[in-house]
Amino acid sequence: MIAWAGDNIISSLGFTTEACYRSVEAGRSGVRLHSPFMGLAEPLMASLIDREQLNDSFAAAYSSSDGYTALEKAAILSVGRAAAQAQVDLSDPGVLLVFSSTKGNVHLLDENESQPHREHIYLWHTARLIAERFKNPNEPVAISNACISGGCAQIVAMRELESGLYHHVVVVGVEMLSKFIVSGFQSLKALSPEPCRPFDAARAGLNLGEAAATIVYQRVDREEKSGDVALLRGAVRNDANHISGPSRTGEGSLLALQALLREVARSDVAFINAHGTATAYNDDMEATAITRAGLHATAVNSLKGNFGHTLGAAGVLESIISAHALKRGALLPTCGFKAGGGELRLNVLDKAGRTEKPYCIKMLSGFGGCNAALLFKYVKEERPCRNP
Amino acid sequence: MPQSIKRYSYITDRLALVDGKTLPVAAAEATEEGNFLTLLYRSLGIDYPKFFKMDSLSKLGFLASELILKDESPRFTPREDVAVVCLNRSSSLSTDVQHQASIQHEDSCYPSPSVFVYTLPNIVAGEIAIRNKLLGETSFYVCREWSAQLLLRMASLSFCDACTRAVLAAWVERFDGVSEAFMMLVERDGLSGIPFSAEHVEMLYQNTKTQNT
Repeated sequence: MIAWAGDNIISSLGFTTEACYRSVEAGRSGVRLHSPFMGLAEPLMASLIDREQLNDSFAAAYSSSDGYTALEKAAILSVGRAAAQAQVDLSDPGVLLVFSSTKGNVHLLDENESQPHREHIYLWHTARLIAERFKNPNEPVAISNACISGGCAQIVAMRELESGLYHHVVVVGVEMLSKFIVSGFQSLKALSPEPCRPFDAARAGLNLGEAAATIVYQRVDREEKSGDVALLRGAVRNDANHISGPSRTGEGSLLALQALLREVARSDVAFINAHGTATAYNDDMEATAITRAGLHATAVNSLKGNFGHTLGAAGVLESIISAHALKRGALLPTCGFKAGGGELRLNVLDKAGRTEKPYCIKMLSGFGGCNAALLFKYVKEERPCRNP
Repeated sequence: MPQSIKRYSYITDRLALVDGKTLPVAAAEATEEGNFLTLLYRSLGIDYPKFFKMDSLSKLGFLASELILKDESPRFTPREDVAVVCLNRSSSLSTDVQHQASIQHEDSCYPSPSVFVYTLPNIVAGEIAIRNKLLGETSFYVCREWSAQLLLRMASLSFCDACTRAVLAAWVERFDGVSEAFMMLVERDGLSGIPFSAEHVEMLYQNTKTQNT
């Protein structure tokens, strides 16, 4: 079994998972108007990590900053905290680091950035810096698979653990915003000038966000027992349709969902945490895939209204919040959602609720036509888990 | 049954090989960078206008996959059992610098959406999936340098999905004057072919690469 051993989130809503979770539960958003943002003409509605708090927290935890970028500091801080919670010694050769980011330190391409070490622009270099910080002896795996990266990283973790080579895998997803990323999304006309409204009839685009998020997974060679949260299955499928437009039929997402749901009753799924970016096409595509998969009655939420779209960190961050919700028997509200629309009606959560069901699903979609889905299970405290 | 390599291809900015054999593409006619890829495209006699919209990383990967798949039959029927796994050193930096140049100066900040979409390395895997209607897993990893061991390991991870019966596994690098694609079609239950081991992958890569010098 691939069991959850620890986690951490660093975002606009706090530097611990608990702080972020409570904000989501209360329907709070870290999305704010930033004007001007890095010399861009348009103001930016986004969820940003407080740089001062980041620097202070890093300085308090680590004596030297070793010329780390803000992204590297956030990732190191998050990994350190998650590992401490999981009580894992990262210098152990049985521990592997898996790094997920779409753009890493791409801001260093800007002529105005001082770049004493050019290598920081390479994703593998950032992954190595994090591993080296904790004296981990293994070459880290670095994934850059657009906005499903954080889901792929967990699937890699699951497979590496199952291979038996490692006993713990630390998955870290991190993304910081730059003029590079923001101007690109502006050119795609994908950004909403208002706080985003996932699955809402009046949704008008996405908000970007920054985060570092870490999950520590461990291989447990025993039967599941009460209190365990397990990553049961994960699948990645491509739409084979368009590099930047979601499939109208939701083909890749549908296939990923179907791969998860073999041997699992749909009525046992507590909720689906959708990608839910609040762009017209993404949310329609997911609604189509969820409906086609026979999950139209299942509760659905999106966390993009709380954290914005944190790109390569999103899969890790949103899996953490979802796993904690599953463990607490909670259905979390979709910040920004008021009323659905269109032909496809999903059971979108507009307020907090309770659930007793054991499974939840995390969905992700990204450019390049890629889609991922993960299936988590919580073994309830009161239920005996021995043979029937 | 062990996994085996059914076919492999290699492309740089001046030559292309399939299964270690050089293709007759007139490199001498390629007068500027990227021109060779267009000549190679034309020499294959395929009609796929999307090719001309791709960035150079995608063109490299796309052509490497065409060389491998052109004789496969049936082709273009949707299938979920083929994965595309790519690795490189520089992610999409070759296109990232183009996007950066378009936003560098505040008085002339005109980012292009058609450039920006290629600032993700996994787009090359998506382009191959679209062309061939591959609905399986697509993945992109970055690492410090070419590694047969890592390419083997990452392709093997895709075989962990019970659905996957074949993997297009590739090293596709383009940045800082380097332009190189090495791709293999690896089958889960190949009846014949080269054993999919780190030693064989390294040997195929090195043998092919030396023909480039």
